[in-house]
Amino acid sequence: MSFDAPIKAIGEKDLVAPKSTFKSITEAVARVTENPAPKGWWIAFLTAFSFTGVLLGSIGYLFWKGVGVWGNNSPVGWAWDITNFVWWVGIGHAGTLISAVLFLFRQKWRTSINRFAEAMTIFAVICALIFPGIHVGRVWHAYYLAPIPNQMGIWPNFKSPLLWDVFAVSTYFTVSSLFWFVGLIPDLATLRDRAKNSLRRMVYGFLALGWRGSNRHWQNYERAYMILAALSTPLVLSVHSVVSFDFATSVEPGWHTTIFPPYFVAGAVFSGFAMVMTLLLIARSVFKLTDLVTMTHVELMNKIMLATGSLVGYAYAMEFFIAWYSGNEYERYVFINRATGPYAWAYWIMISCNVISPQLFWSKRLRTNIPLSFVVSIFINIGMWFERFVIIVTSLHRDFIPSSWGYFHPTLVDITTYLGSLGLFFTLFLLFLRWVPMIAIAELKSILPEADPHHGEHHDEAHEGDSHGEPALATTAEGH
Amino acid sequence: MSVETTTVSVPEGRPALLLAEYETPGACMKAAEKLRDAGFTKFDTHTPFPIHGMDAAMGMGDSKLGWIVLVMGITGLMTGIALITYANGIDYPIIVGGKPAISIPAYVPVCFELTILLSAFGAVFGMFGLNQLPRHHHPVFESDRFKAATDDKFFVSVEYADPKFDADRTPELIASTHPNHIEIIEDTES
Repeated sequence: MSFDAPIKAIGEKDLVAPKSTFKSITEAVARVTENPAPKGWWIAFLTAFSFTGVLLGSIGYLFWKGVGVWGNNSPVGWAWDITNFVWWVGIGHAGTLISAVLFLFRQKWRTSINRFAEAMTIFAVICALIFPGIHVGRVWHAYYLAPIPNQMGIWPNFKSPLLWDVFAVSTYFTVSSLFWFVGLIPDLATLRDRAKNSLRRMVYGFLALGWRGSNRHWQNYERAYMILAALSTPLVLSVHSVVSFDFATSVEPGWHTTIFPPYFVAGAVFSGFAMVMTLLLIARSVFKLTDLVTMTHVELMNKIMLATGSLVGYAYAMEFFIAWYSGNEYERYVFINRATGPYAWAYWIMISCNVISPQLFWSKRLRTNIPLSFVVSIFINIGMWFERFVIIVTSLHRDFIPSSWGYFHPTLVDITTYLGSLGLFFTLFLLFLRWVPMIAIAELKSILPEADPHHGEHHDEAHEGDSHGEPALATTAEGH
Repeated sequence: MSVETTTVSVPEGRPALLLAEYETPGACMKAAEKLRDAGFTKFDTHTPFPIHGMDAAMGMGDSKLGWIVLVMGITGLMTGIALITYANGIDYPIIVGGKPAISIPAYVPVCFELTILLSAFGAVFGMFGLNQLPRHHHPVFESDRFKAATDDKFFVSVEYADPKFDADRTPELIASTHPNHIEIIEDTES
């Protein structure tokens, strides 16, 4: 069965509510950006915006006083800063997975959620990019993250995974932004053509670049989109692999493991899907998009979380097994210390949130339960933050000699910086919901049955030699 | 042939167009096929979303974008190799961890990322170049009905500049494809 076949013919459910038309899709998505914002939006926006202020204040204070305002100490030289960095980058990964990987696999259900998830990627990566920049200590040396020689003419070390990380994350940010903007062009043209006042017409018109839906353009456009998807797929796998190299290439028990790249990528997808779920369930109910984001989407996303959650659980178990099997006593100690030492509380929060909670989704009744999906998605967000905390802090806090043992206590500035980064993320996200079509209008139209140029014709002509799905095809067509 | 026809004027010096509006993707595609079979080359379809099979219906060749991306990707790879070799191998070699100054395995991540980055630039800006975008002024925007091209209507435009264009016969040909409406966008002042 070809991937162009109507969705019912391949045994799937409707991807949008059955009564949807081209017009109703345009209306449903565009009206969110045109009507005055609901009161709830303002409350959420002002809250998020004040937390952005908290972030700026915390960073300002950090720059003024120095890294001592954080709880980082010796031996715990990396703590919440890098935990937050890895957590935010990971959250971004689901957006690319949905927009690129599921696109290449022709998973049409992604169409309702891809715009949303891509926006989340970009905002999460913006939050992530803050942390490596501010934790360098002497911020006036932050330029040395980029390949620029210092005053002695010395270049950054290209053999260092920290430098690779700079290239990986900034490439990821740039490519994700381009991918997102390319996807937006036809929808910005839709907003331009619906604009009631000249300011909207000017702004959306400028951004739409004079898009006129020309088929001679669509051809290059679709090719560009496919190439970007094909480029983003290895890119997204490389980004979290490179992030994991920051740990894996160091000679540090608990970090120096070959399982890290795939384990980090699975965890990233897991946490990203959880964040998409959290945001989507809120936006879906606030902006009444239940026709476009259906139960099918929620269920499929919960299945992905079950799969990636189980992968992560496998990785935890395998790390433990290898720690024992390697016979390396330092490695063994780090792992036993993780589960039973002073940070056992963090370890068991991680295990219960990441490994146990998604197992509920084996039951169809539970994975189609909206409040439960929401609660589990929050648990996973928390659990994945703790995963990074456990990896970073528990591996560092007991160095090789007991005289270099310590314990990490977060300070107020640690906490305000983290909460502030959430504020920045939600500020950007709420602005996106308000001003940008949050669902890909053009793409969603193209999966309606009416979008098939042979819609309504006799199927013997249109789909010759295709016996497998005939009855279903006929039903689809007669339904309209 | 009871298709409603209206005329819209465009400022002098802009190409003139015949614009037909259709209700369904199928009708639009049939019109494109008819124009292709009649030998037209300077015509286009304008649709809210890409329609499968339209490239063939319009007699278009394949997109050349892949070649641009290939060239840009190779440029990115070469940039990475040159940058690392110059910075750490020639300009200021530093021995770190006992590895040679020019250590090929350590090239991989940065070269890979730069290949992806420049390929993505090639894909996006190459697409803009091939499509000649941004272009905020085009005769089709003179039409008010054309606003529906990004909503739920499907359009065919034929340029007067097409060698096959005939002021009498082409509108008749278009009218025979059952459009909702035909608009003539021309310079009425001359």
